[in-house]
Amino acid sequence: MFVSRYDIHPLAALLRRPARITYHFCRLETGHGAATKMTSNEDVMMATSPRELTQNPLKKIWMPCKNGLPEKHISQRRVCMTNCPTLIVTVGLPARGKTYISKKLTRYLNWIGVPTKEFNVGQYRRECVKIYKSFEFFRPDNEEGLKIRRQCALTALNDVRQYLSVEAGQVAVFDATNTTRQRRGTITRFAEQNGFKVFFVESVCEDPDVIAENIVQVKLGSPDYIDCNTEEVVEDFMKRIKCYENSYQPLDEVLDRDLSYIKIMDVGRRYLVNQVQDHIQSRIVYYLMNIHITPRSIYLCRHGESDHNVKGRIGGDSGLSGRGKEFAKCLEKFIQEQNIKDLKVWTSQMKRTIQTAEAVAVPYEQWKALNEIDAGVCEEMMYEEIQGHFPQEFALRDQDKYRYRYPKGESYEDLVQRLEPVIMELERQENVLVICHQAVMRCLLAYFLDKSAEELPYLKCPLHTVLKLTPVAYGCKVESVFLNVEAVNTHRDRPENVDTSRMPEEALFTVPAHQ
Amino acid sequence: MSQRQTKLTQNPLEKIWIPSMSSKLYRRRGSTVPQFTNSPTMIVMVGLPARGKTYISKKLTRYLNWIGVPTKVFNVGQYRRDATQSYKSYEFFRPDNQEAMKIRKACAIAALKDVCAYFMQEQGQVAVFDATNTTIERREVILSFAKENGYKVFFIESLCDDPEIIAENIKQVKLSSPDYAGCDKEDAVADFLKRIECYKVTYISLNDEKDRSLSYIKIFNVGSRYLVNRVQDHIQSRIVYYLMNIHVAPRFIYLTRHGESELNLVGRIGGDSGLSPRGNKFASALGGYIRSQCIRDLKVWTSHMKRTIQTAEGLGVPYEQWKALNEIDAGVCEEMTYEEIQDHYPEEFALRDQNKYRYRYPKGESYEDLVQRLEPVIMELERQENVLVVCHQAVMRCLLAYFLDKSAAELPYLKCPLHTVLKLTPVAYGCKVESIFLNIEAVNTHRDKPVNVDVDREPEEALLTVPDHI
Repeated sequence: MFVSRYDIHPLAALLRRPARITYHFCRLETGHGAATKMTSNEDVMMATSPRELTQNPLKKIWMPCKNGLPEKHISQRRVCMTNCPTLIVTVGLPARGKTYISKKLTRYLNWIGVPTKEFNVGQYRRECVKIYKSFEFFRPDNEEGLKIRRQCALTALNDVRQYLSVEAGQVAVFDATNTTRQRRGTITRFAEQNGFKVFFVESVCEDPDVIAENIVQVKLGSPDYIDCNTEEVVEDFMKRIKCYENSYQPLDEVLDRDLSYIKIMDVGRRYLVNQVQDHIQSRIVYYLMNIHITPRSIYLCRHGESDHNVKGRIGGDSGLSGRGKEFAKCLEKFIQEQNIKDLKVWTSQMKRTIQTAEAVAVPYEQWKALNEIDAGVCEEMMYEEIQGHFPQEFALRDQDKYRYRYPKGESYEDLVQRLEPVIMELERQENVLVICHQAVMRCLLAYFLDKSAEELPYLKCPLHTVLKLTPVAYGCKVESVFLNVEAVNTHRDRPENVDTSRMPEEALFTVPAHQ
Repeated sequence: MSQRQTKLTQNPLEKIWIPSMSSKLYRRRGSTVPQFTNSPTMIVMVGLPARGKTYISKKLTRYLNWIGVPTKVFNVGQYRRDATQSYKSYEFFRPDNQEAMKIRKACAIAALKDVCAYFMQEQGQVAVFDATNTTIERREVILSFAKENGYKVFFIESLCDDPEIIAENIKQVKLSSPDYAGCDKEDAVADFLKRIECYKVTYISLNDEKDRSLSYIKIFNVGSRYLVNRVQDHIQSRIVYYLMNIHVAPRFIYLTRHGESELNLVGRIGGDSGLSPRGNKFASALGGYIRSQCIRDLKVWTSHMKRTIQTAEGLGVPYEQWKALNEIDAGVCEEMTYEEIQDHYPEEFALRDQNKYRYRYPKGESYEDLVQRLEPVIMELERQENVLVVCHQAVMRCLLAYFLDKSAAELPYLKCPLHTVLKLTPVAYGCKVESIFLNIEAVNTHRDKPVNVDVDREPEEALLTVPDHI
């Protein structure tokens, strides 16, 4: 299976498997999927003369070529080289936030470009045992129940193997209680056999309030408890937890000292981190240590309508139009009415976002990382001009808007990498208003709403509209508030015809109206 | 509601938009990087002697300063050396030595006073209080001091019981300490071990229960395990992340620029040109040099620009492309010669000479932006072992400044000539640098700061230090 892997998302490149842009002169291994160590320099053949380079037209990446065509590089073979797939294994009693962490971590890793998938064993159990009756299923002396649960875990592990070894996944999150040393041993052996690295994420919590809140937030709505009232659910679930408590063997500092893991205690008050093996585990630890569950809201909006917006020009650093200034005033009113505690306001370093923030009358921080996507040679052009001057570029962009990089500019993929520290800080913060730009807002929104790379560049982020995001259960509630000040539309849909040979009209079909 | 339509002006140096009248909203005048700490932070080291406290203090300070957080180390041992005549023996550190105890306590207090002065008068943001701080009593003193002054406190405790690590430690940094100048090696080691014993008697580690309201990280055995408690804010989170990524395994870092490029030859900056013939020769020579070094598991990193990739191609080993390693973006000045910049943008050219670190090209970047961009590269360099980085002049200056602890004023003028490899070896508390010129001539691209940096200077004065080119 040929996978185009010219990823240069620098961290993704580190995290990804064979398909980094690594160019080998020597014939490395022949793989049977066995883990082969990278050959050291001494074994590498002498290079003859440096190979010709050609620039990939979509991503503007320089790669070696033969007769003007990019060379298919050796690293596309299925060989586990230095970056083995990683199996993340959650550990903990029920209602300790394992699924919350699994889903959030998966969302984050996918957003930064690491193909990740979660495997929730409870889900497998629900498919196997169609109807949940009561906590009795989980009693440690329920032989039948134990058999089914073990079978479900093995089925899930099989799917993990499929995902990581066959489907080019990079990280699998195995979401289950995994509370016994025996079960964890089974998983570790499975991982060893398949050449996966293992990283445990244990969540330990004894605060009854947190557990109760947990049950209310996510267990009440579980398929297990349809048609049950709150009291019934809570009572049954508490008994379910009890079933696990007696056999629970937490990760131990001494007994498990050779395992790689993070133990999260009391929802992030304290962490124990043991034997971090590589880059991806280091990033996972950093992420887990920055997230919190304190209720808060994140407000995303674009700057008010700008002079360039009105003329249909992209990029640049123009100021607000009259209507844009109106919006800024309405934004202030809206923010006031929301009555937000300790609101932080962030802008980019472009005039239009700062002008907008000035009207809001709250101290703000400028982030260069929030600047709009750099359109390189197309900066300040109208779409009609881009079509006129760079018809091939315009078509390439429509073919793969996420990966397409403007000449001397950026791609959405670059943007995501640029925005990662912003996301990390957003996770740390509580109430924040981010005043940014169309492409930037799409990237941030895609992170919160778990949108794919395909959907991301086409998310609708109209001017003069505030999106209020509130984390709830396993995801994010979105409220869209249009502040009633008219503005030009800047959203260009993907046209039908994306061939480089298309007619200009076909290319310009979806360009929104402007002056 | 007020009609506040404040006009914005763009600060000419950093190109930051700020309100023209002093707006109450915008407390700092044009900061290019988001500020996350309001209260100053005291980092307090904890641990027996020879546990790497000073190593961590210095390294952390270097990192924080590099990313733009003004930080300073206060090493109490240094205060002690200044206060006492000369070091005689471990007896000074005996827990029953009342006289010495008085002196040691006084030194700690003096250091705390200096911390205060650093925060109040020198706009410091982080102070690293480097001492053993092994008793509850001493830590209480520090906590009260911090509380009175409104400083945040973050403890870093280093625990190690591996005798080999401790022995290596003593060898690397204690034998050469001023305390043991002129001493026989074996005597020094014996004395130091007795010194450690003196502390062990009263050592109380940070306690999970009793100290649960404190913010700290405990590092076990040089990083195999960490315990992190109550991280309060962004800077502490960054510090924890950094500490968890550094290691002490011996390794080499090689920094070099791409081979001479076509644009280099004609004195043009930026762009994405290929190598000149001499540049190609350098690429081959680099390959020969690297092979001769016989480096184990070498990683090679390049930027996305043609010239670094062409250089790496000459090595015959796999390499990674990092967009973050791209040369500084000169915005509207891309692909110009210095003469052309002087001609078209004389004011910009002068501003750049006035403050080369903070100066941002119109629609481009500043060295300060570069450092932000390079931070993930540095983080990954810390995680890795043997690495060769093939990059560009401004980028290499930033990376070098990190390793050699150069200030923002020095950084943009560090000499990074073409066709020269810098081999960095971490040693003791710093970095050894070897410079290897690979004997292939190349144009000089280093422009010194001219004497006259005024906006109204003559063109000749501006162009006086421009290196020769075709």
